[in-house]
This record gives sequence, structure tokens and C-alpha cells, in this order.
Amino acid sequence: MKKIKKIKIKVNGKISIISNDLTLLAYIKKLKIPLNKVAIELNCEIIDKNELKNFKIKKNDKIEIVHFIGGG
Amino acid sequence: MKADHFLIAKKKFKSRLIVGTGKYKSMSECAKAIEISGADIVTVAVRRVNISDKKKPLLMDYINPKKITYLPNTAGCFNSIEALRTLRLAREIGGWKLVKLEVLGDKKNLFPDMIETLKSTEILSKEGFKVMVYCTDDPLMAKRLENVGACAIMPLAAPIGSGLGIQNQTNIKIIRSQTKLPLIIDAGLGQASDAVIAMELGCDGVLVNTAIAKAKKPFEMAKAMKHAVISGRYSYLSGRILKSDYAKPSSPLKGLI
Repeated sequence: MKKIKKIKIKVNGKISIISNDLTLLAYIKKLKIPLNKVAIELNCEIIDKNELKNFKIKKNDKIEIVHFIGGG
Repeated sequence: MKADHFLIAKKKFKSRLIVGTGKYKSMSECAKAIEISGADIVTVAVRRVNISDKKKPLLMDYINPKKITYLPNTAGCFNSIEALRTLRLAREIGGWKLVKLEVLGDKKNLFPDMIETLKSTEILSKEGFKVMVYCTDDPLMAKRLENVGACAIMPLAAPIGSGLGIQNQTNIKIIRSQTKLPLIIDAGLGQASDAVIAMELGCDGVLVNTAIAKAKKPFEMAKAMKHAVISGRYSYLSGRILKSDYAKPSSPLKGLI
């Protein structure tokens, strides 16, 4: 069986180790984050939510996932 | 009297009270205060999702963005780059184009940095955002914001969260007289009478957060603010009497026994 390699990425400022075969869409789904309530940045670039499946996560990628919270 | 509509970027709103969603004890308290206030616009902040605690309640589970207009803000941004990034992300969450720009310049007083604010307003307007702008109560800067495409001018009454009420009524009056854009007092109100004064000065609306959220009884203050804004608006539209240094009897003197 082919062994899945692990890679180190940064998500919302924290280091995370994930398998190297994930697209952004697969990763967000794995985190069980509701897509309609967030926006996603990959390496400081906002990614259209319809395009998430086209971005494969690579080593040292920086991902930001944001949502709305209470504020004045 | 002709219909008195509250329009922002050509969209009609029922309430002239805009409410912030920060500083409440819980999301359910926040949602109930909004309902009581009658507000149909609420400000919201953009922050990182807590990916390690996914059970944490989400704002959208308590305040339905299909019923209440979310006004994403840039609270906590101290330069144009941060503010632009935040609002572009807000737009990506679900198409929000009506936004509140707030570029702070001073951590102690949270005064807006007007150079960065002006720069950001121009860029965002060109990108198709409808920008409501938190600003100082300087009439010249207010005019410049209007010239670069702001859709609403939002001068502070006093420092954010201070509860001091309107510190410079003269400037607010001057800004009112020079612009047809929605003029909304943002920040620094403490009690219902402050909101009444803002509306009597001719402002189109007020934005209140701390005064409601941190009142001992937030629901009572939400109700008070709702009625204050309505009351102040009617008072402004009614055309008040002229002030006089002398008394004028209310009862006729004719027929006095």
C-alpha cells in the first residue's frame, strides 16, 4: 500500500500536520467547517469558494479561514 | 408629511438604529437585544475561525443574515492594507458589499487614521464596495470622503465605548448642512438622550454597541435606544420652536378674570 506523506502547513497562525494529498476543499470539509459561513485565504490570496477543489495544499502553505463574529 | 425613508446606497431600511454585535455576554443575549432594538442593520467583525473548538457557536446561527443586514467592519485594523484585506474577505464570505470602514490610528483613543481611511475609501469604492466610513467629526475630511465615493459618513460622537455623547455638536451640524449622504453617528453614545440629540441635529441614524451591550439591563437600553431614535427623528422633522430668553405664556391673556 502506498504510504501517504505528511506535510507541515500553517492554519490560522498555528502549525498543522496534514496528509499531502488534500485539496483546499477536502481540507475544509475534513475540518467540518460550513463553507457558506467562511472565507479562505491561501498564502495571502483570497480563494473563490467555487475554486477550492482546484488548489492542492502544499508544504509550508499558509491558510486563513475567517468568519463573522460579534463586533461594533 | 412625505414618507421618511432611511436609504443607504439606494437600499431602504426600516430602522435608523444600527446596532453593534460586540461585547454581549452571549450570542443569545446579543440576538435578543437586536430584536428588541428593532435594528435591521448590525455590524459584525471578521476574525479567524477557531478550528480547534468547532462547537463554539457561530454568529450566523443566532442572527440570520437573510433577515438582518450584516455590515462587516474593519474594527482592529490599523492601516489600509489590513482594512482592505478584511473587507475583501468579508465579501468572499457571502457577497457583502455594504461595509463599514474603520481604520484606527491610535490604540488609546481608537481615533480613526483619516489618511489611511481616505485612501481605503477610494480603493474600496473603485472595487464596487458601498463604503460607510467611520471618521472624525472634521467637516473637511467628511467632504473628502464623499468626494472619493463614501456612501455614508459616520463621524464619532466621542471615543469608541466612552459613553460621553456628542462632544462637538457644531461640527456635526456643519457636516449635516454640507452633505446629502446618510450621516450616522458612530461611537461614543452612552444613553438614549445622546441618540435623541444626534437625531435632532439632523443625523440620519446612529450606531450603538457598548451603550446597549454594557448597560446593566441591555434589553431595556435596546428598547430605549429604539424609541430615542424614533423620537429624535420626529423632533428634527417637526421644526422646533425658536429659543427665547423670555417667557411666552401658554394660556391666552384675553378673557382673563
